[in-house]
Amino acid sequence: MSAFDSLKDHTKEGRVFFSRSLIAFAIVLLLMGVLISRLWFLQVVQHENLAALSDDNRVQLKPVGPTRGLIYDRNGILLADNRPSYSVTLLKEEVKDVDATLAELEKLIPVTEREMVSFRKRLKQRRRPYETVPLRFRLTDEEIARIAVNYQRLPGVQVEADLIRYYPFGAGLVHALGYVGRINEKELKRVDPTNYSATHYIGKLGIEKFYEPLLHGEVGYHKVETNARGRVMRVLERTDPVPGKDVVLHLDIRLQQAAEKLIHGRRAAIVAIDPNTGGILALVSNPGYDPNMFVTGISSKNYTALRESPDLPLFNRALRGQYPPGSTIKPMVAMGVIDSGEISPSHTVSDPGFYTLTKGGRRYRDWKRGGHGKVGMDMAIYQSCDVWFYDVANRAGVDVISDYLGRFGFGQVTSLDLPEALPGILPSRAWKKKTGRGSWYSGDSLNLSIGQGWMLATPLQLATATSVMANRGVWKQPRMLKGVMQRSQSGSDAITEGSVIDISGLEGTSAVLPDVKLDNEQYWQRIVDAMIAVVHGPRGTARKIGTGIDFQIAGKTGTAQVVGIKQDEEYDAEKLSERNRDHALFISFAPAAKPEIAVAVIVENGGGGSSTAAPVARKVIDAFMELKLQDEGQLITSAEQKGSPDA
Amino acid sequence: MRDFQRSMPDAQPHLARRRGLWSYTRLDAWLLLLVFILCGYGLLILYSASGGDMGYVTRQAIRMGAGFFVMVVLAQLRPQLFARWAPAMYVVCIGLLLAVILVGVGAKGAQRWIALPGFRFQPSEILKLVLPLMIACYLASRPLPPSFRHIMISLVLIFVPVVMIMKQPDLGTSLLIGASGVFVLLLSGIYWRYIFAALGVAAAGLPGLWMVMKDYQKQRVLTFLDPESDPLGSGWNIIQSKAAIGSGGLDGKGWMQGTQSQLDFLPESHTDFIIAVLAEEMGMVGVLILLAIYLLIIARGLVIAVKAQDSFGRLVAGSVTLTFFVYIFVNIGMVSGLLPVVGVPLPLVSYGGTSIVTLMAGFGLLMSVQAHRKMISH
Repeated sequence: MSAFDSLKDHTKEGRVFFSRSLIAFAIVLLLMGVLISRLWFLQVVQHENLAALSDDNRVQLKPVGPTRGLIYDRNGILLADNRPSYSVTLLKEEVKDVDATLAELEKLIPVTEREMVSFRKRLKQRRRPYETVPLRFRLTDEEIARIAVNYQRLPGVQVEADLIRYYPFGAGLVHALGYVGRINEKELKRVDPTNYSATHYIGKLGIEKFYEPLLHGEVGYHKVETNARGRVMRVLERTDPVPGKDVVLHLDIRLQQAAEKLIHGRRAAIVAIDPNTGGILALVSNPGYDPNMFVTGISSKNYTALRESPDLPLFNRALRGQYPPGSTIKPMVAMGVIDSGEISPSHTVSDPGFYTLTKGGRRYRDWKRGGHGKVGMDMAIYQSCDVWFYDVANRAGVDVISDYLGRFGFGQVTSLDLPEALPGILPSRAWKKKTGRGSWYSGDSLNLSIGQGWMLATPLQLATATSVMANRGVWKQPRMLKGVMQRSQSGSDAITEGSVIDISGLEGTSAVLPDVKLDNEQYWQRIVDAMIAVVHGPRGTARKIGTGIDFQIAGKTGTAQVVGIKQDEEYDAEKLSERNRDHALFISFAPAAKPEIAVAVIVENGGGGSSTAAPVARKVIDAFMELKLQDEGQLITSAEQKGSPDA
Repeated sequence: MRDFQRSMPDAQPHLARRRGLWSYTRLDAWLLLLVFILCGYGLLILYSASGGDMGYVTRQAIRMGAGFFVMVVLAQLRPQLFARWAPAMYVVCIGLLLAVILVGVGAKGAQRWIALPGFRFQPSEILKLVLPLMIACYLASRPLPPSFRHIMISLVLIFVPVVMIMKQPDLGTSLLIGASGVFVLLLSGIYWRYIFAALGVAAAGLPGLWMVMKDYQKQRVLTFLDPESDPLGSGWNIIQSKAAIGSGGLDGKGWMQGTQSQLDFLPESHTDFIIAVLAEEMGMVGVLILLAIYLLIIARGLVIAVKAQDSFGRLVAGSVTLTFFVYIFVNIGMVSGLLPVVGVPLPLVSYGGTSIVTLMAGFGLLMSVQAHRKMISH
């Protein structure tokens, strides 16, 4: 034992240690108590709050976009489809360096400057956390594979499948259907943000735009559990989206394509309407453009090409082309002046080839040099005599003409679901004053009576007016929508008729015009007979198209001047450049006795209505009748087939 | 027979307390049982905290096995052997700490390791045991309560490694090592007036401590004081661990069912913050069970200390036991938001190698003290 040790008092040291150990243990117990009371505070007192905090952490609502409704033609042929498309997206939360990742991606797949710019724009837009931002759409299989191989090096980069609108008929149908495109900030402000929270595309034009509320459907939700990085671990609850309604149009794609073929290579428009329903059977504006380019964003090069093309492919001539209707409105004008009682149906005029309001005054020329001689109303229609109309217009006055033309739908939009349609111009005293053109002159009435001057009408309006004429005044609002496809449990598809669908809330609906009531109902037949004579009469302006059919076509030719022709100057088509040639117009319906189709044709700079437009209309009618025969034949065949097992 | 043995204590000393073959192992049955239970419970929690990864559990079990081996070896050695070698080991450790500063290997901005061929080595970890041995050795050979001079020398002996480790920087370890040294002083019977005086000086010195703290350490203190000030940055850990603990409630969400931990909202869920996993999944009940096991180990450790027959054994056993509690208190305190975040693992539950071996070695010292009681005479 050392000297030091000998000084130690072992018993006392042991006693002191014991007391210190007791104190230490007491402190340990006290501190344990502190920990336990802390746990009590967190796990019992604060339990509710902290449990809620924990749930907020992990549970998120993820909106699930509805599948857009499809668009079918009257025979169930798909006009607008949804096709899976793969796009490459970035998840900002998981991408460490956006620029570096983009540079890597550019090495793998081609990304255009434009796509890069719009990607950056989208990246800046407000979005919910962990929402991916698309960089490029429509990846090819090879591109998908190239990205997939490099997934490990590219955190936050994903290839996502999405359904993208596809228009199988492309340019031929774009002016009838419109198209969808990626929804932009402005549109997002207009729609219900909740319902569109997972929607990337919206109808931009035409049917796609007008029936957006029907086609879109209702958003669904997945209540998901996510981890701390936002990755979805599992779905806790799901409210499935309600897919958009499938829309069925009156359009017959076969007729549409046949019509398109007829005016291929021309700047022209054709509108065909079923007078019995107002359903639009064909709506062609040529040239068109491929709407599929617009769905995921058109390149500026392509867009510039479209915009700067002299043929104006972006221009919807059928709905927005406002042309002087020319002589095509003469049947309606004649109807107006005789039904109003201003003019007797037997009123005749001697036509020397021109008309003057005052002796020796300005000569209002007839299209036929030397005139038609003695002209009555019927002849004035089938020969399209201008002087007879000048005379009755001068006698009856503008108010009567303007009134009756208005009843046929001129000067306003009457279609149900074509929001882009323009109203044209129906001149009247009030209109002239309101637009600052001064007071009405008799000369204005003369111009109006032959569809020249200020009067402008769209092909759709002409077809509509023709349809009203065919219906003997019964108004059927022109419409694209035939109905909404209802998927029944049995698997067979039923179509809910269009009238059942409540579209009062949709933008752009126009008032339905009242039927045209004549004081003298027999005048309908009078005018229709004159229109039949245009096609079938020995001297009708469109008599060339009146042969080789077993039914009658009622029609009216029209030729609209593009450039003014000075008095006494001869119109010479050969001398005028192509762009200054007259527009050729023709309206018609058939069969005249029991009309099934009304057609309006406009061929820009086509020359004469009888030579250019009428044959087109005839072929449209032929195609329609042929298709009808074909369909009936099929019906008979299928009925026979169905019946055969019993037989 | 018994009387005969007592009268001849040096004849067959190891037979003196013989109650069976067990005493040959020189292992304390109570302590061993409690450590086994703790290890099992710890592995169970780790399995869930690692997201059901058996790899983690296996590696942890292997470490526990290694720790167990060290514990058994140390239990065989006489405490006097530790006392004899303590000064030399202390000097070697200080040398190694210097080496860390000069040629150490860094990780996550801290330089704590010495790389030897084949493995990396953390000298501060051995100091957790060497320092209390050193202080106990120093004080036990002198009259107790220690004189002011001896206290001062002891404090210097504590201060040097603590500062060196704090500089690495490793606040958690320096805290544990400092505590282990200070516990020896406190248990040695140092006068209360010194204790209160020291507390006064410490309170006055706090601003000075703030000055020498690293930015990230300051940040931790600030975050502790107001976690909401930076909810996505450094406050995130505390907010998420509190949410985990609180959402567990009394009976928890069920083993493997904790959303905070299983969905990675809880950071460091298998290491320092593992108690939050337990609290979330097994609720307060699960935590109380763990605390009960800990408390029993501490009680057993203090019993061993009190029953030790010399000051060195007492002081070492007492210090090791109380340091064990410091682990528990600091870890649970920081995870539950009572204390600032310092890197202190939850003993035998947190995933991580070195602390397990050190802790088991500490139990080995306790067992050594317990097993060799009768080997010296009064």
